[in-house]
Amino acid sequence: MNRIPKPQTYGHNRLISVRGIAKSFAGIEVLRNVDFDIESGEVHALLGENGAGKTTFAKILSGVFRPTRGTMRLGGELVTLSSPLEAQKLGITLIHQEPLSFPDLSVAENVVLGRSRGGLRRVRWSNMEHDARVLMSSLGVEIDVRRPMRGLSISDQQMVEVARALSVESRLIVMDEPTAALTPKEVDMLFGIIRRLRDEGRTIIFIGHRLEEVRDLCDRVTIFRDGEKVATAPTSTLTDAEIIRLMIGRPLKEYLHKTTSSIADTAIVVRELSLPGRFENVNFEIRHGEIVGLGGMVGAGRSDVARALFGIAPAESGFVAVNGQWVTIKNPAEAIRLGIAFVPEDRAVAGIFRTLSVESNITAAVPHRIAPHGVLRRSVEHADAEEFVLKLGIKVASLRQSIGELSGGNQQKAILARWLLTKPSILILDEPTRGIDIGAKAEYHDMIGKLAAAGCAILLISSDLPELLALSDRILVMSEGRLTVNIPRAEATQEAIMHAAVPRAVHR
Amino acid sequence: MRQCLVRCIDDFARNATMNTMIRLAGRVAQVREAGIAMILVLFSLIAGAVEPRFLTGETARVVLLAIPLVLVAAMGQMIVIVARHVDLSMGSILGFSAIVGGLVFRDHPQWPLVIGFLVAILVGAGLGLFNGLIVAIFKLPSIIVTLGTLSLYRGILFTLSGARQIDPNDIPESLIRMAQTSPVGVPWIVIIAFAVALVVHCFLKHTEAGRHIYAVGSNPVAARLRGIRIFPVTILVFTLSGALAGLAGIFYAARFGYVNPGITGVGFEFTVIAAVVVGGVSINGGVGSVLATVLGVVLLGAVTVALPILGTSGFWQNALYGAIILIALVLGRAVRQGGLRGLSATKDAG
Repeated sequence: MNRIPKPQTYGHNRLISVRGIAKSFAGIEVLRNVDFDIESGEVHALLGENGAGKTTFAKILSGVFRPTRGTMRLGGELVTLSSPLEAQKLGITLIHQEPLSFPDLSVAENVVLGRSRGGLRRVRWSNMEHDARVLMSSLGVEIDVRRPMRGLSISDQQMVEVARALSVESRLIVMDEPTAALTPKEVDMLFGIIRRLRDEGRTIIFIGHRLEEVRDLCDRVTIFRDGEKVATAPTSTLTDAEIIRLMIGRPLKEYLHKTTSSIADTAIVVRELSLPGRFENVNFEIRHGEIVGLGGMVGAGRSDVARALFGIAPAESGFVAVNGQWVTIKNPAEAIRLGIAFVPEDRAVAGIFRTLSVESNITAAVPHRIAPHGVLRRSVEHADAEEFVLKLGIKVASLRQSIGELSGGNQQKAILARWLLTKPSILILDEPTRGIDIGAKAEYHDMIGKLAAAGCAILLISSDLPELLALSDRILVMSEGRLTVNIPRAEATQEAIMHAAVPRAVHR
Repeated sequence: MRQCLVRCIDDFARNATMNTMIRLAGRVAQVREAGIAMILVLFSLIAGAVEPRFLTGETARVVLLAIPLVLVAAMGQMIVIVARHVDLSMGSILGFSAIVGGLVFRDHPQWPLVIGFLVAILVGAGLGLFNGLIVAIFKLPSIIVTLGTLSLYRGILFTLSGARQIDPNDIPESLIRMAQTSPVGVPWIVIIAFAVALVVHCFLKHTEAGRHIYAVGSNPVAARLRGIRIFPVTILVFTLSGALAGLAGIFYAARFGYVNPGITGVGFEFTVIAAVVVGGVSINGGVGSVLATVLGVVLLGAVTVALPILGTSGFWQNALYGAIILIALVLGRAVRQGGLRGLSATKDAG
C-alpha cells in the first residue's frame, strides 16, 4: 500500500478543477458559477443548508447531471462527462444518499454490475464472488456476497457501494450524506474506512451537515449557499460559528411580518412524545392564535412529529391533549374529528389528486359534508369550493379543471383550502411555501397570519429561516429527533436557529 | 460454449437432485425451486390418494406430452416478466406463427421441415420485435401495448389465412411424428422444449446480457445510472419472447395436427403467465429462475391432466384449476417467507 502524506499546501497535486459550473432545471438556476478544486488524497467536505446545491454539484462531478455551463479538468485535462459510466471510467464514483442498488440481485453482482458490457460474454460467478469477497474483507466488513441485496442495513448497503467504487479503481469517491441513516458505531466504522482510502491515495468528497463529523474527518471544507460556492478553507481555520454564518449569511428577504394576534387558551399540549428512531421526548404546546415555528435540518424528525400528531405514523409513547382533553390519535380520521389539519410537505406525492378537478380536491377532506349518505351533492361541492377559491384568491380557469394544470402556488392554496373547510382549530403546515414563487409566498404568509388572528393554532415547519423568523411567535428547533431549544420571537435570529439545528456530537 | 453447456447441465442436475434438497434443508424456505417442488409432490400425493390411477407411468407420459408448448412459451414470458414487462400478445403470436408455418407446409410440401420451423420462429421474433419497439420507443406500459397487439395480430392472421384452417392432411406426417416419438422414446418436441429451457437458463444465468435483464427488472434507475442501456434490453426480451411463441406455434401444429385461426393460441397467454407466476417469477421484475418456471409448468400440466382423471365435471374443472393456481401462489409465497404468518406482515418481497 503506498501511503501518500496528507497534503499541507494546496495546489501541487490537483485532481479536479472546475470553473464556472452552472446548472438550471426548467429555467431555474440551482447552481451558479461554481469554481472548485480538489487535491489528490484529501477528504473534502461540502457543507450548506438544505437546497444549497451540494447534491446537484456532486451529481455534476460524477456525470449524473450535465452542467449548463462551465468546464471541468481532471488531472489537467479538459473532460466532459456525459454519463455516470464515463465518470466511472475516469475514476469518479458517486455514492448516492439512498443507496441505488438491485435488491433482487446478490451482493456480488451489485458490486460488479455496470462494468459488464452485455452481449453473450460469459459471467464467471466464482471469480465475481471471489473478487467481491476480497473487496469486502479489505473493507473489514463481513457480508455474505451471495445473499440478495434486499434486507441489508443501510450501512451494509453503503459498504457494498464503497466496494463497487473500489472495484472500478475509483480515484475520487463522492459520498452524499453517507452518515444520515447510520448509528454512531456505523459512522465510526465508515470513517475508519474513509481514512484508510485516503491513506491509499484516494480522494473523498464528503457531503454532510454534522459539524463534528466534518471536523473529525475532513481536511478542507467548501461551503455552498443558495446555489453558489461561498468559501473553501482548511477545516481547522474555521470556527463552528464562522461555518454557520457562511452557510446562512444571506440577507433577510422582504417578508410580510405577522401582526401579533391575541393569544388565548392552549389548543394542543404534547408531552414526552416518542417514536423510536424518529423522535424522542418531544414536549411543547401551542395556544389558539399562536404560530409556533419548527426549524431544523431535513431528517431531524420535524415531519415525523407532524405525521404522528395527524395519526399517519402514530407515536409509540407520550401524551397529547387537544382543547383540554387527553387523546390518542391513531389515524388521520380521528385527527380530523379533533380539529387537526395537516398540509403535508410534498404536495405532488401526498397532497393533490393530480387528475381530479380543483373542486374535488378542495372538498376531499369533508366527504360527510358534500356527500351525506354517500351520495355526492355537486351543488354543495361546487359552492364550498367556490367560496374558498374566492377567499384565498386561487387562480383557476374553472373549478372543473384538473388541479395538475394549476401553478405550484395555486395548488398549495387549494390544499390549504381543503383543510380550512374542515374548520380546524389546529393547523400543521409542513414546508408550505417550498417551490412556490415569491409573490405567491407573500400571499400565503398573509393567509397564515389571518388564520392565526382568527384563533387557529398553527405549527409551521419550515427550512426557510427568514420565513420562520417572520411568521412565528416562538420557534422550536429539532436536531436528530430531539427538541433542542424554544426561542421567543424577540430573541430569534438565523444564527440562533442554526446553532440549535446543527448536530454537534457524533456520540451520544 | 460447450464448456458452458456442460457447466449448465451440471448446474441443473445439482439443483434438481434430492441430495441438494437435503443439503439445503436448512435454507429450504429461501429456495424457490424447493417450495414449488414441494407443492408438486403434495398435489401428486393428494391426487394419487383420491385416484390411484393418477400415479402411473402413463400419467407421467401424458403430463410430459402436455407441457412442451407451455414450457417453451413460458421461457419467453419469464424473460419478459423478469425485465418488469409482460407479453399478453403471446397467444396471437403463437397462432400467427402456426398459421404462417402451416401455410409453408401446405404450399411447399417438398421443403424440409426445418424451413417451417425457421419461418415460424422468425415471424414470432418479428412480431415480438414490434411489441418491443412500441414499448421502448413510446415508453408505453407493455401490458397495454401487448393487449393491443393481441387483437391486432389475431385480426391480421385471420385475413392472412382467409379465415380457413390448415387441415390435418396439409401438416406433414414427419412433423406429427415429432410430437409422438423419437429414437430415445420421449417425443422430439419434449426434448426440444427442455433443450430450450437449458439454453435459456445458460443465457440468463451465465451471460452478461442475461444479467442485464435481471438488473433492469430489479431497478431500472440504478441500471441506467450504471450505464446499462434499457432500450436494447426491452427490444431483446420481447423479440426472444416472440421467437419462443413462434416455436410453440409449430409445436401446436405438430401436437394437434391442424391450425385454426380462430382457435389456435386463444387464451394461451393466461396459461403461460399462470405457469410462470406459479413458478415464483415476480411480476415486479428482477426475480425468477428457469428451474422454478419449469416446475411451475409441470405443476400446472399435472393439474390439467389430473382433473379429468379425478372425475371432476367439466364445469368444475376451470374453477378448480383457478383455485389450485391461487393455492400454489399463496403456499409458494408462504414457503419463501417462512410460514403463513409472515405473509401479511411482510411487504412485497417479490
